Formats: sequence, C-alpha cells, structure tokens
Amino acid sequence: MSVLIPTTLAEALTAASANPAATVLAGGTDLMVEVNEGRRVVADVITVNRVAELRSWTHDPAAGVLRIGAGVTWAELEAEPFTEWVPALAQAARTVGSPQIRHAGTIGGNIATCSPAGDGLPPLAALGAVVHLASAGAERDVPFAEFMTGPKRTVRQPGELITAVTVPLVRGFQGYAKVGVRNAMVISTASAALVADRDGRSIRLALGSVGPTILRCPEAEAAAAAGVDWQAGAVSAAVVAEFADLARAAARPIDDHRSTAAYRRHAVGVLAGRLLRRAFPNE
Amino acid sequence: MSEMYTLHVNGASCDVRDAAPGESLLFVLRDRLGLIGSKGACEQGECGSCSVLVDDQLVCGCLVLAASAVGQRIVTIEGVAPIGSPSDVQQAFVDAGAVQCGYCTPGLIMATHSLLERNPAPTEMEVREELSGNICRCTGYGRILDAVQRVAVARREAQA
Repeated sequence: MSVLIPTTLAEALTAASANPAATVLAGGTDLMVEVNEGRRVVADVITVNRVAELRSWTHDPAAGVLRIGAGVTWAELEAEPFTEWVPALAQAARTVGSPQIRHAGTIGGNIATCSPAGDGLPPLAALGAVVHLASAGAERDVPFAEFMTGPKRTVRQPGELITAVTVPLVRGFQGYAKVGVRNAMVISTASAALVADRDGRSIRLALGSVGPTILRCPEAEAAAAAGVDWQAGAVSAAVVAEFADLARAAARPIDDHRSTAAYRRHAVGVLAGRLLRRAFPNE
Repeated sequence: MSEMYTLHVNGASCDVRDAAPGESLLFVLRDRLGLIGSKGACEQGECGSCSVLVDDQLVCGCLVLAASAVGQRIVTIEGVAPIGSPSDVQQAFVDAGAVQCGYCTPGLIMATHSLLERNPAPTEMEVREELSGNICRCTGYGRILDAVQRVAVARREAQA
C-alpha cells in the first residue's frame, strides 16, 4: 500500500506511468463510496487533487475557449466566473450532491468515472468539449463524444491522467435541468443540457441518465434550430412539442433501481421542452 | 500491510499506526484517534453526519481517504470549541431546541460554522441549500433553521 500525493503534474505523470495499476484519486466522492461498501479494494493510490496545474483554468476569449483543469471542484464551477462563461456547466455543478460533495468532487473525477448520470457530462457533450489526456511521454486530445464509450467506460488508458477539458465559449442561452427524488443530494433520474449558439444559429441538446452514454439529439437539434424565431427569441408550442418528442425518441433508457425506462423517456422530453422554452422565452 | 502516517487534527499532530488500505478519514478519526464526535451513518456522502473541515473546506469525512489528508488541516467537532464552553453555534442549537437524538448535530454544527464563515447573512433559502447535505432523521429542520438564524443575527448585533 502506498499513497502518493504529488503537487506537480510532472510528478503525477511520472507516478502514474511507473505504476499504471495504481488507483487515481481526485475528490474521492465516487471512489470512496465503493471502498466503504467493500466493492473496491485500493492498494496503491495516486492523489491528483493537490496538483497545482490541475487546479487552474484558462479563459481565452480571443481563441474563444475555456480550458478547465481536471482538479477544479464543483464548488468553484457553480460560482462566478463560470456562471458567466459556461452557464450550463455551472448550473449542473450546483446540482451535484451537497456542499460537502461539491467541495471535494472535481470535473476531472466526473469525466473519469463517466457515469451516464454524471451531472457535468451533458453540458460537456452539448458544448462539444475536448478531453485532454496525458501520460509520462505523450499527450492526446479526445472529443468528449469519443471519450465516453459506455456506462463508466472510457478510452482512458492505465497510466494516463485527465489533465483538463476545453469547451468553446458560446454566446446564447445555456441551461441544465434534471429530475430526481429530491432537490438536493440526488443522482439524476434523467437530465438534459441545452446550448443555443446565437452566432451559429444552432441548438445542441445532450441527455443524461437515459442511455449507456450521454446522448446528443441531432434530429431534435435540427428541428429546433429551424423552428425557433432567432430574431424574436421566441418559440411556438408546436416546435417545443416536436423538440420534446424528438428528444424522447433519441433516448435509450433502461429500467433500474432508480427509475423505469418509461418514466425516464417521458421526463427527458419534459426537460428538453422546458429548456427550449427558457432559451426562447419571448411571446 | 501496515503503514504509519501523521494527520494534523484540531491543531495537533496525530500518528496513525497499523493503517489498512482504504481507510476513510471518518474511520481513522473515530476508531484510531478516538475522536468520536463525527458520526458515521451512510458512509456514502449522503447524510453529512461525518462533516469535517479539511483545509477550511466542509467535506464528508467518510469520503476522504485518510492517508490522502496528510499535510492538510483537519478540524472536527471536537476542535470547534473547548469541551464545556460551546461555540455560539453549539449554544444556539441547544437554545433553539435543534438537538433531538443528536446524531446529526455534530455534522450540522460543522456545516453551520462553514456556512456562516462564507455567508454571514444567509437567506432561509441559502441556509436550506447549504445544509442540504445534512440529514436530520428526527426531521427537526424548523428549529435547526431557527438556530442558524439566531447565530447570524447575534453575530451581526455583536458587530454593530
């Protein structure tokens, strides 16, 4: 058993490459649940939540991108300036667990776990985020859509660390909505993130907890982009209804201990329609 | 396999010996260091009864790998005030009748101290949101909210 606590990225990458089987520990809010329940045994651990390079972010309006270090916490992401830069992600951050969980949990940990119910993931999918991975000798960038391959399955290799995620800065409405059994401290039963790109006149919709991965909805997105009144910032009831139906059609939910497929499919349509109305609120 | 490491708890250095892999901070505090004020209930971060401060951040002790907290400042309910002279938050919980079975109380005291450090004049909605990670199964929430506001008001009056 060893617990390494690197404070620089170089140290962390060296440690991960030297011992690819080691458990990478960020905020611990997923991992320690499994350990406490005896579902997972940890031996060698590399912590990444004190790595300075992972704890920072870079806002580059000229390039139109925001790079968020993997160790940035939900408590940071739910507050300014992220509420201005990436509202959907900030809203999602605010729905993660409780204050205690948000002080510990990180966006990198959410991406690494890659649960279909991960609250940070639909905003990243809707924004078209890129995940940055590094190992001792190499770096690579993977679009989020290719990064997540299944429930809690990703293309990250042993010895690789998630260093950051980059999202484009988009002008226009962004929102995140989720359904669960309480307002707080709840894993989503269904969730949705919507990004309206005012300049590109496109709408992106990503669904969580209703499929093996986060699902984008190309048909719903195209119908909404063509159907809304971009000039007036308005949308008709018919377009909202069609958008909700197409979102439901894109969902691939299952029955499990948290809900039923039928309820999830219904709920995710409600969320999608609600977000579209919020994006285009004018009469 | 065993290992020794040192945690910094309530201003003191505490050696942890014969640790097993994967032990949570909550387990180490209670079962190795004898600090039984922090409570364990769900051990999955849902109930908040193990809330402690690590480097001034309110976290669930059950979700912190104890050996990963080396070099960090840990404050538990035992470190909030000397035994026998309660903090203003502890006293307000007593005065407001916010303590029923008492199991959630240490976590709620920690969460309230943390909240009022960051936001000295919270609205009721802000208090509800900030304490949403602390569950009271006696459901004494009304008096808990009352206790928090008593402290906030008393602190503001003391400053005025």
